[in-house]
Amino acid sequence: MNRRTHAIRTGIRRGWHEFSLSLKSPQDQGFYVFMALVTLGYLWLNRTTEVEGTDLLLPSVVMPSILGALIAFGLVIGPGYSLAMEKEDGTLLRARSAPHGLTGYVAGQVVLHTMSLIPTFLVILVPAFFLFDGLMQNGAEGWWTVLWVTLLGLLATLPIGIILGSAVPNVQKMGTWGFFPVMGLVAISGIFFPIQSLWTWVQWVAQAFPIYWLGLGMRSAFLPPEAASFEIGGSWRTAQTVIMLSLWAIAGCVIAPPTLRRMAQRQSGSAVSAARAEAGQWVR
Amino acid sequence: MTQSAVAPVIEVHDLRMRYGTNDVLDGVDFHIDQGEVVTLLGPNGAGKTTTIEILEGFRGRSAGDVTVFGVDPAQAGEDWKARIGIVLQSWRDHARWTPRDLLTHLGRYYETYATADRSRPYPTDELLGMVGLDDQADQRIRLLSGGQRRRLDLAVGIVGRPELLFLDEPTAGFDPEARRDFHDLVVQLSDLEDTTILLTTHDLDEAEKLADRILILAGGRIVADGTADELAREVSRETHVSWSVNGRRFGESTSAATAFVRDLLERHGDQVHDLEVRRVSLEDTYMAMVHRFETGQQELAAQVFEGEVS
Repeated sequence: MNRRTHAIRTGIRRGWHEFSLSLKSPQDQGFYVFMALVTLGYLWLNRTTEVEGTDLLLPSVVMPSILGALIAFGLVIGPGYSLAMEKEDGTLLRARSAPHGLTGYVAGQVVLHTMSLIPTFLVILVPAFFLFDGLMQNGAEGWWTVLWVTLLGLLATLPIGIILGSAVPNVQKMGTWGFFPVMGLVAISGIFFPIQSLWTWVQWVAQAFPIYWLGLGMRSAFLPPEAASFEIGGSWRTAQTVIMLSLWAIAGCVIAPPTLRRMAQRQSGSAVSAARAEAGQWVR
Repeated sequence: MTQSAVAPVIEVHDLRMRYGTNDVLDGVDFHIDQGEVVTLLGPNGAGKTTTIEILEGFRGRSAGDVTVFGVDPAQAGEDWKARIGIVLQSWRDHARWTPRDLLTHLGRYYETYATADRSRPYPTDELLGMVGLDDQADQRIRLLSGGQRRRLDLAVGIVGRPELLFLDEPTAGFDPEARRDFHDLVVQLSDLEDTTILLTTHDLDEAEKLADRILILAGGRIVADGTADELAREVSRETHVSWSVNGRRFGESTSAATAFVRDLLERHGDQVHDLEVRRVSLEDTYMAMVHRFETGQQELAAQVFEGEVS
């Protein structure tokens, strides 16, 4: 047990190192800047738009929703791509070769993707507070809600990313397996427009997944209490948010370890070589 | 402890591996003792990599008994991994890391496995020096050349000071100097650290130079097992003698080289130049054995065919 703990500690240092490498990488810096420009640009162009039926401005409503969606997006697609790529380039096999290396690897992934929420939040929140008025209506209590929604959302979505990255056959398939389904869910989860304008069955689908609840939780943190009347059931449904996100977290934590173990068992030198050859073969 | 020192490090009995209807390994038997350096030779597709991956615990098998340090690799746990080092063909992982950071990081997994007579892991600086990467220690791995990358792969393989090291075509892509450095390192690991080493290669000089013992895998079986000399004697008892007299070159194969050379010198005396006495090379042996095996297969196929016809 002591050795496992030691491996987890090694993995945490690994995650921290990878995070600092990521911050220094022009590729990753570019990604954060691009994401911030798109988000803030959208909010800026709609800065005077009033959300229909309310006296709230669009940035006030959409900014929290986008934060919720970004948590889900970053923690599903992020580890998904990491694992899919690192299966192919041999990183996982290296981890598998070391004693308790896989445990360390997963600890590293958790730390890396959790940490990467910080720059994601900063590049959006800091400029947003300069550009728009009245974003945070609930003071310290609101920030506390931001924190617990983020943490619970992390637990609900990160395992999905790990399962996805383990199960996806190769990096090229991440689009169809990961990116497009998540974008689809973002589209129907009331991030950019009220969910009530969609068909009832679509609303049910959206409410089965964590993205909707992350957006709702974030809106409850930033918006004034009256704004709850525009949500489904006229309430922030805080208890349901906690329950839904927790259910996803539990399911993920049950399914992720065996999926990961099964995937790791298939890793070998020749499997990596075969995957590399396959990845170079775009025309089949 | 005394018992495990006597038992072979690797024991393989009747190992079989079948993909669909294709028997890649068809009853492989061999064993490797502690401290031995063994080379596994064989044509492409003979199952060398499959065999090594089964021993590493990376791949299941269809049938047969395999033990490494007395444990079945397919069921071995994390502690077993700490005693084993693996160097595989080159990858492109950890592109953003530096060799120093990567070796330090991977070494940490072995810290809890240090024993009184085997400190683990290797100190990073010492390891970088051993594989000749001092100058590249703080460069991005992405920027390393192919040969430097291979040295790093090697360093990663031995970072935990393994008791058993697997090397799958370790010197593919090495220039002659890197190859010599690598050979020195293998000798060092074997002599100073008492590391048991199993490597595959296509370089027969390398096999002859490094290996205490050579295994030739062909058609899913071990067709030869012995030292380079033993294998050579099995193929041919003849020795090749070449010399020149008055600028003309001569050559002859003989089974009694000593008598032949004595006779030669008695007849021509100081006029004999460029005298060279050479036993059959490993390359000749290897070719002969693989060829012998392949013809055997054809004869077998022919017999089966005739049997069916008549």
